[in-house]
Amino acid sequence: LTAPPRQGQCPTLSIPPVLPVGASGPLVKLANLLSRSHLATSLPLPSERDHLRPRMDLVVFMIDIKSKYSLKNVETSLAYVDASFFLGKVCFLVTGVGRVNACSIETNAVRKLGETYCSPVLFCELELEGIRAATAQRLVRMLRICAGLVPGVSALSFVSLMRKSDDD
Amino acid sequence: MAEGRAPRAGADGKKFERRRRAAAAMAEEAPEDGAVRTLPSLRRLSRALPFGRSHGRLTVPALCSQEKADPQKTAFVLRKAWTLYSVTPLYGFRRARLRDYARLLGAFIAAEKQKGLAVEVGVELDIKVALSSLADIRGSELDQAALLVQLSSRSRSSSRNSEDKPVWLGWFCSVFGDELSESVPEHFTCLPLFLSHGAESYTALVGSWFQKTFDCCFRRLAISPLNLSWMVAMWAGCKLDRAASAVELVFSVPRLAQPLDISYAIHPEDAKALWDTVQKTPGEITHEEVDVFMDCLYAHFHRHFKIHLSAAKLVKISTAIASAQCDGIVKVRPLGAGCSNAGQIKQLYLKVSWFFCMISYKELLNPQF
Repeated sequence: LTAPPRQGQCPTLSIPPVLPVGASGPLVKLANLLSRSHLATSLPLPSERDHLRPRMDLVVFMIDIKSKYSLKNVETSLAYVDASFFLGKVCFLVTGVGRVNACSIETNAVRKLGETYCSPVLFCELELEGIRAATAQRLVRMLRICAGLVPGVSALSFVSLMRKSDDD
Repeated sequence: MAEGRAPRAGADGKKFERRRRAAAAMAEEAPEDGAVRTLPSLRRLSRALPFGRSHGRLTVPALCSQEKADPQKTAFVLRKAWTLYSVTPLYGFRRARLRDYARLLGAFIAAEKQKGLAVEVGVELDIKVALSSLADIRGSELDQAALLVQLSSRSRSSSRNSEDKPVWLGWFCSVFGDELSESVPEHFTCLPLFLSHGAESYTALVGSWFQKTFDCCFRRLAISPLNLSWMVAMWAGCKLDRAASAVELVFSVPRLAQPLDISYAIHPEDAKALWDTVQKTPGEITHEEVDVFMDCLYAHFHRHFKIHLSAAKLVKISTAIASAQCDGIVKVRPLGAGCSNAGQIKQLYLKVSWFFCMISYKELLNPQF
C-alpha cells in the first residue's frame, strides 16, 4: 500500500496575470494539514512526473463559492478523471460558505454537480482555523476508507451511506 | 453532512422565528417542475429565489395596471442613491395613526438632539417629520402600500413662510410580498424593504425609533455577486426607446499587493442583443440563461485581456434602468422624455423594486451572518 495522497484543485494558483493568491492561501494551509497531499490546480496532471506519482486514493475538487471560475475549472477537470474514481474516490469541497453575501455561484449548481457525479459535496469555510482543522480530519477519515484502511467499509459503501443521509 | 449555514441569532419576535422555520421546512420539499408562475407563492418563493433549493427560475410578475398612475408621486425615487435595508414585520402598525407617528418621531428626534446627538453642528434646525402612504408603490392589491418618511428642516432664524428643506427621505415598501404577509401572524405589517437617502445619523435615529416602537429589526442588505448578475441580465435586456447608457460591470480583485478594480463597459445594444439570443421565454429568466449571458461576457473579456473575470468579485453593476452595488446602494435612473407611457415607466420601476424586495425576503427567510 503506497502512501495515500490526495489532490486538490484551486483555481487561484493558475490564472494568468491578474489573480495570484500564492502560498498564503487557505487552501495551502489545508494542504499542509494533510500530510503528503498533492496539490494541483487543474487536470490533467503533467505527464512528465507520472512515474514519480504514487497511487491516488482520493481526489478532492475544491470550489470557491466566491469564484465562478473555480466551478468552471472543476467542471473541465472532471473530464480527465478516470471513471473508476467516481465509485467513492471523488469528493467536492465547497469553501467560503460563511460569506453568502459574496457568493458568485449557486449552491444548487454544486449540489447538482455532486448528484451528476455521484459524489459527496462538503461545505466548509477554510478561512477559519477551527473549521479548517475539522475539514482536514474529515478528509483524512474519508481517505482512510478510500485507501481500504478501515476494515468492513469500502469507498463505495461509504459514499452511498453519505448520499442517503443527504436525502433525508 | 455539514452545510455551511451560520447559526441564526437575532432579536426577532418568537412568532416570526416559528414562521421562518415553517417556511424553511416547506422549502425543503422537492421542487416542482418548471410551471410558469405569475405570482410567486411563499413556498415557491423561497425556492424561486436565486439561492433556494430550486431549479433557479424567476418569473417576472405581471404587475396590476393602475389607471391613476401618477409619475409625480413616484418621481422621488429617481436619481437618488438609496441604501437598502431588510426589515422584519412591524408589530402594531396602523395606517390611520400616521400623524401620531410623525409627531412621536419628531419628538424623539428632538429629544435625541437635546441629549447631545447633534446631527448638524452649528446650525439650529427644527426637524419636521411627515409620514405618508404611497398606494402607487405596490405589486398587487394584497401588498401593503408603501410608507414614506420625510424629514425636513426649517431654520429657526428664517420666517414662517419659508419652505421646509428636505434633509432625509426613507420609504418602506412591499412588492408582491402578499404570500409573506399571509404567513405572518395577526397585527404584523409586512414591509420588508427599506430604502434611505440622506445622512446616516438620521437613518440611525429613524431606524431606532421604528425598532423601539414596532419591535422590528433593520439590517443592511448586501447584494451578492450572484444577485448582481441576475440584475444585469434582467435589466440589460429591457427595451428602451431612447439611447441608453452603457452597461457597466465593476469587478474587484482583492488579495493583491495593490487591490485592482476592473471596469467593463458594454454597449447597451450589444448587451440587449446578447440577452435576446439567450433568453428563451419572455417574462421568465432561468439560472442557466443568466449563466450563459455572464459567461459570454467573461469569455469576450478573456479573449481580449486574458483575465478571468469569473474569478474576480462583481461589486457594482450599472444599466440604463438602475445601478446597484454589493454594499446595498442602488440608484434608479429616469427613463427620459422619450418614454411617453407613464404606466410603462412605472411598471419598469416596480420591477426594479420587486427584485430588491425578493432579495430582502430571502434575507428575512434565511438570514446569513
